[in-house]
Amino acid sequence: MRATTIRGRSGDNLVPDLQLQRGPIVLKIRKEGDRLVMGIRRTVQFIAGAATSLAILPQVAMAAVATADAPVAVATAAAAEVATGGYVPMKPTPGKGMPEDGAIWFQDQYSPIGDYGSWMHDAILMPLITVITLFVLLLMLWVMVRYRKSRNPVASKTSHNTLIEVIWTGLPVLILLGIAVPSIDLLATQYESPPKNAVTVKVNGYQWYWGYEYPDNGGFEVISNMLPEAEAIANGEPSQLAVDNRMVVPVGVPIRIQTMGMDVIHSFAVPSLWFKLDAVPGRLNEKTMFIKEPGVYYGQCSELCGARHGYMPIAVEALPMAQYEAWVLEQGGELPSSKQAPAKAAPAAATPAAAAVAAPSDKTAPEAEKPAAADSTTA
Amino acid sequence: MATTATPETLPVHDDAHDLHSHADHKPPFFQRWFMSTNHKDIGTLYLIFAIFAGVIGGAVSGIMRAELAAPGIQYLSWWTSFLGGNGANFDETLHLWNVLISAHGLIMVFFMVMPAVIGGFGNWFVPLMIGAPDMAFPRMNNISFWLTFFAFISLMTSAFMPGGTGMGAGTGWTVYAPLSTSGSPGPAVDFAIFSLHLAGAASIMGAINFITTIFNMRAPGMTLHKMPLFVWSVLVTAFLLLLALPVLAAAITMLLTDRNFGTTFFDPAGGGDPILYQHLFWFFGHPEVYIMILPGFGIVSQIVSTFSKKPVFGYLGMAYAMVAIGVVGFIVWAHHMYTVGLSVNEKMYFTAATMVIAVPTGIKIFSWIATMWGGSLEFKSPMWWALGFIFLFTVGGVTGVVLANGGIDDNLHDTYYVVAHFHYVLSLGAVTALFAGWWYWFPKMFGKMHSEFLAKLQFVFFFVGVNTLFFPMHFLGMQGMPRRYPDYTPAFELWNKVATDGYMIMSVSMLIFFVNVIYSLVAGKKAAPNYWGEGATTLEWTLSSPPPFHQFETLPVIDDKAAH
Repeated sequence: MRATTIRGRSGDNLVPDLQLQRGPIVLKIRKEGDRLVMGIRRTVQFIAGAATSLAILPQVAMAAVATADAPVAVATAAAAEVATGGYVPMKPTPGKGMPEDGAIWFQDQYSPIGDYGSWMHDAILMPLITVITLFVLLLMLWVMVRYRKSRNPVASKTSHNTLIEVIWTGLPVLILLGIAVPSIDLLATQYESPPKNAVTVKVNGYQWYWGYEYPDNGGFEVISNMLPEAEAIANGEPSQLAVDNRMVVPVGVPIRIQTMGMDVIHSFAVPSLWFKLDAVPGRLNEKTMFIKEPGVYYGQCSELCGARHGYMPIAVEALPMAQYEAWVLEQGGELPSSKQAPAKAAPAAATPAAAAVAAPSDKTAPEAEKPAAADSTTA
Repeated sequence: MATTATPETLPVHDDAHDLHSHADHKPPFFQRWFMSTNHKDIGTLYLIFAIFAGVIGGAVSGIMRAELAAPGIQYLSWWTSFLGGNGANFDETLHLWNVLISAHGLIMVFFMVMPAVIGGFGNWFVPLMIGAPDMAFPRMNNISFWLTFFAFISLMTSAFMPGGTGMGAGTGWTVYAPLSTSGSPGPAVDFAIFSLHLAGAASIMGAINFITTIFNMRAPGMTLHKMPLFVWSVLVTAFLLLLALPVLAAAITMLLTDRNFGTTFFDPAGGGDPILYQHLFWFFGHPEVYIMILPGFGIVSQIVSTFSKKPVFGYLGMAYAMVAIGVVGFIVWAHHMYTVGLSVNEKMYFTAATMVIAVPTGIKIFSWIATMWGGSLEFKSPMWWALGFIFLFTVGGVTGVVLANGGIDDNLHDTYYVVAHFHYVLSLGAVTALFAGWWYWFPKMFGKMHSEFLAKLQFVFFFVGVNTLFFPMHFLGMQGMPRRYPDYTPAFELWNKVATDGYMIMSVSMLIFFVNVIYSLVAGKKAAPNYWGEGATTLEWTLSSPPPFHQFETLPVIDDKAAH
């Protein structure tokens, strides 16, 4: 069932005798959005809304602005880069989607979940742990100065104080509850499923390169190897991160990323998109990716996978939809006929059942899922 | 009511010596050190072994830090050739890197920290602190040590066996399938797995020994709630070992059969699942990190109490906080697996459960500070190390709260942030506690006073070194540098360079350590029975330094007011 046509440069990094022989791969499809999850989510969101509306509100607003911004950005980018027909790999913007010299913080985030996650870290966790650490440090310095032997020659014999023990047990519990609320909501947001008709990329991890398969676009697979240092620098790209063939995706729409390991476990990770998902043999993992701006976003394999684990980088190139579609056609792929249709009205060709599935999965309402099993057929 | 211990007569194969005619009559050299049944001698063996393994594990990390000081591959080819491989083969060179990271982890966990805190200090001081003449099963104690020794030999041997793309087991200390099964042909991984089997069996026997000793051999009057906190910490640790290690043994046995006998526990082609291995491994692996740190908690509690001249504040809270950490430690394992494709329910549960651990840990930190509050603090060298521990462990603990959030971990998982976190709690936590315990008890164990100045100087170099080494790793991780990489894009150069500088500062502190040990053993003043004075109230201070070969032939009796 995994008819993969290998295109592009094939894996010249491969050590032939390590090629693993496997039988038919058993697919385990995780069921997204079962009712219990949604129930918990709604409860949590209710608590979140009631208890920490102050803390959450700016984030919600931010996310809303972000999604509203995206189409505008897409439009301008599309206008700037007139489709010339031939795909030319985009020049990366220095400092965008890649690590920066000597930086000490997260990479700038280009996805809503990245905004949420880095906000959670920067606005809640980081101030909190800084205060706690400084508090402990200050207490230590205080006792070291105040209760040193020369200042306090006779030690007290106090060894219990129930009240203070209750306080330093109870207070951390409350603080942790405060963290848990946005944390759980962040998790729930990360698990939102992409709409049924979202662009799907199946990311295959190999020793030691990546394959990007487009099952809805004719099933072609782009093989992506690391560029040698000299070539990377000649291209104006960071060494150890640049690749020959990038994973090209559309910008401003949810993308369904599915990962699978073809030999050992790999992990598909792009820090500037707040994205990390293991590629495990015999298991199809799925997660939504949403990129707000066109650009090149670099990542690296993040699960030890053998000798060249450090030599299978990831480069995601996000293009406006039209350019993305042109790229697909150039790769010999096809555009799914259903792709253009459901945006306006259900096409005559579609069966009523298919229309019913397609209708609720509008881009703006990814939560609405009726038939839970319907999205398990993409691979 | 004191009872008199009646030592059973050990069969002595050669001559007319009666081993028990004098408390201090030691057997001849070979018999004493290779067939030992004496808890103090076995403890010393463990400590020597741990130092030896620590030097090797530390040297391995030195090679790693040197390689990472600048982008590109600098020294690995040379090391590959040096170890008998083909340095011109790029894959073999990179394989060596994976062997180094695996060896560093396995050595430091199984052959340095665990033997030192449990085998070394546990053996030495649990019987002394509870007023027992020896461990409950002295011969099992001996076999525990020698199994650990041969486990180490097996691991070292694996480095010279074919392991797939090169020599040695390059699977990481976690030995994840399928990299460790179909991904690593050759006997190297089998030898590494066998090493874990031996070390695991040794630890299980050690755990049985400690549990039995603590439950049955406490001196009259010493109830569980009067035991020193170090004994409590070893008791909890022993239970963790007893419950966690069999799971590891099962998991790696399945690895062995997958590798050699055609089973498919972790191979989807035969209906298995690689994630099953990770669940089993981390069911062991998470308690394992508490196994390494809990005895450190115990050591620090003794030291803080001694040098504050106060009993530990909130003794019961401290003891049961450790029990709570032990219990909760068993139900949080999947926070090591946030990116494997867990369901949202699992991820929410493990996020919540993991954060719970911060509560008992906070109780411990605050109780140590409260112990010092109102005390009369003396800043002897062990106290410097203990204070360093409290602060460094706090830093490592709070980054743990960050990582506990599954949604944040989606970015930080398997980056240097995680490396920074677990080195703050282990390298800077457990190891700082180790040195604290070492200088606290060194004169007690060896009868010679160490140099306070050198011990404090060592602390200064260590504290500055490890912080320079590990703090920048937070930056690297947040910028996205993955773990277990021999090479990186130039943007990561600055903080890697700083980290390597930190390593060099830290290695100076190790040099000072050895100078101090040699100086003390050669020229140190003779140690008095209680050289720390009025604050040191546990039973080991009632004995000479070093204690007699057999102590407490007349059991001490603990009165009602005995301090903890």
